[in-house]
Amino acid sequence: MSLKRALAATTALNLCAAVVPAAAQDSSITIATVNNGDMIRMQGYTDQFTAETGIGVEWVTLEENILRQRVTTDITTRGGQFDIMTIGMYETPIWGANGWLIPLDDLSAEYDVDDLLPAMAGGLSHDGTLYAAPFYGESSMIMYRTDLMEKAGLEMPDDPTWEFVRDAAIAMTDRDNDVYGICLRGKAGWGENMAFLTAMSNAFGARWFDENWRPQLDSDAWSETLNFYLDLMEEAGPPGASSNGFNENLSLFQQGKCGMWIDATVAASFVTNPDDSAVADSVGFALAPNTGKGRNSNWLWAWALAIPAGTNQQAEAKQFIEWATSKDYIELVAENEGWANVPPGARTSLYENPDYQAVPFADMTLKSILSADPLNPTVEPVPYVGIQFAAIPEFAGIATQVGQEISAALAGRQSAEEALSKAQALTEEEMEAAGY
Amino acid sequence: MATQQSRSAARLMMAPAVVLLLGWMLIPLTMTLWFSFRRYLPLRGGDLGWTGFDNYVRFFTSSAFWPSVQTTLILVGGVLVITVVLGILLALLLDQPMWGQGAVRVLVIAPFFVMPTVSALVWKNMFMDPVNGLFSHLWRAVGAEPVAFLSDVPLGSLIVIISWQWLPFATLILLTAVQSLDNEQMEAAEMDGASVLSRFRHLVLPHLSRAITIVILIQTIFLLSIFAEIFVTTGGAFDTRTLTYLIYQRVLESQNVGLGSAGGVYAIILANIVAIFLMRIVGKNLDR
Repeated sequence: MSLKRALAATTALNLCAAVVPAAAQDSSITIATVNNGDMIRMQGYTDQFTAETGIGVEWVTLEENILRQRVTTDITTRGGQFDIMTIGMYETPIWGANGWLIPLDDLSAEYDVDDLLPAMAGGLSHDGTLYAAPFYGESSMIMYRTDLMEKAGLEMPDDPTWEFVRDAAIAMTDRDNDVYGICLRGKAGWGENMAFLTAMSNAFGARWFDENWRPQLDSDAWSETLNFYLDLMEEAGPPGASSNGFNENLSLFQQGKCGMWIDATVAASFVTNPDDSAVADSVGFALAPNTGKGRNSNWLWAWALAIPAGTNQQAEAKQFIEWATSKDYIELVAENEGWANVPPGARTSLYENPDYQAVPFADMTLKSILSADPLNPTVEPVPYVGIQFAAIPEFAGIATQVGQEISAALAGRQSAEEALSKAQALTEEEMEAAGY
Repeated sequence: MATQQSRSAARLMMAPAVVLLLGWMLIPLTMTLWFSFRRYLPLRGGDLGWTGFDNYVRFFTSSAFWPSVQTTLILVGGVLVITVVLGILLALLLDQPMWGQGAVRVLVIAPFFVMPTVSALVWKNMFMDPVNGLFSHLWRAVGAEPVAFLSDVPLGSLIVIISWQWLPFATLILLTAVQSLDNEQMEAAEMDGASVLSRFRHLVLPHLSRAITIVILIQTIFLLSIFAEIFVTTGGAFDTRTLTYLIYQRVLESQNVGLGSAGGVYAIILANIVAIFLMRIVGKNLDR
């Protein structure tokens, strides 16, 4: 009896012992990523990576907000579920400062780190050390319908003012035919309407915090920004705008219902693709508008790959990052799907490539990216880094709630002044709770 | 009568289950209490030490606290009224002998088996969407301007969605109660000349009171923690932030575990207050 049991126990132990090294030897890596077009495309090419290196790749593909929560929870609890995380410009400097990411300071020579666009590398670093490699980068710009602009008898300058944009939007609006002069984000969320509004407020001379971290949402500049935005959407925006995010506006623009759309530069390849877009042959591009105060309303963002500290597959993960963000990968995609579909905004060499310069939106994308300066985002000085966000851990929570107040104002449930005073109150509370 | 030995043996054998249950309940509760007195900010380096009642004061004095309590109460109250009233009517209807009774009953109960996220998504995108939703087509068909339900009447829309989900539960419980109603009593009342309404008021309703109590109590417990429907439809915007949602925002969006835990303790207190009130109001029904 006892012999039998001992035997059973040994067998069980052996089984465990057999399983554990198998798991450790397994050289496959798990990657958390966002369900954007460029990422999905990359997954199609991972077989090639596996064939080249023998490293298996497991994907966990999630919607943007869910991804943020999953990776944030995983990194703060040292969960260790992922070997590579797809994170953005907001998370990277904060996490890098906390020592949660492995520094990418020993990348190979052929990777050519210096080829990364300085704005991107700068935004993905903390204290000069790169913590995440940009997979693609974006700014925001105006995409507009050249035919409607012509019909309205106007001509879009390369660097328009908000005044011009408002006049053009009103002139282009034709509600009877479901054509709205301007489509802007209205869905609440720090990465949704607040990304747009924060960038817009920079052009109006507003800022989130002053040098002493006092919230500035009750300032005149913010009130001017919000009133301008609400009036513009009232006069020339689509109905139900308070639930429109990037994807909703993209679909409206592709159906030909928007005269202008100010959003991410990556959208340019979607609205000029004749397979998806009914207006592909009549789209023009211009810099995001300004008010003559020296700042444009464009943001800067990168989706980047980072390695969480504590992974057992550090070498393999680094190998994958070098592969996925390399020049070779860009060429691989260009060969198979054309230059318009390569991941944009990460490398200088891409914009020097004559093949890519022939792409209609390449020039304006680069100009937008270069005109964004995350270190000096506002007219007045600020203590934070980031254009459409402030790179402090509390910002996402604060801006999501502020975004809800503004979304409610856009839905007509409260006035701009009410929204801003509530926003100011809740920001003060959160900043106090965080110990500022 | 059990002997001393068999009783202690019984206790011993029950012990694992009791310990498990206690652990199940007490460990999370204790951790919530523990965290609620800590300054715990995962993105600022984790646990930063004791902070006394700071979290409690901060949560209570926050400008979002009272509106969220109010929203919670309106939401729970609205759903309770709709499900109980419609539940009684449906139960009476389903009790009538009719062709295909079994199939109809299964259909009526079906919404309860749809996952909350799924039903919320279906309602949001297929019914309430102002451009492509079924309602917007109906509105346009009669020449009216489509309503953006989730931003114009957000709380009302949520109440409808959640009621749709919980109506089957209420109907099911009330139906079993209706079925146990003595038919002879009803016939006798009918022969004595009692009208349909007075039969309902004096026979059916008192008979159902116990079942109604149970429906209200159980639903309240679950409705106080409604989350998925809000998350999917409005994300807490447009005054639909309940206490549960506020706690979620504090813990996950603001990454402040201590503050959220303090909110959790308030939620426990609120749930108990509501429960005590409900027990007082309807409690006598359970005593009978």
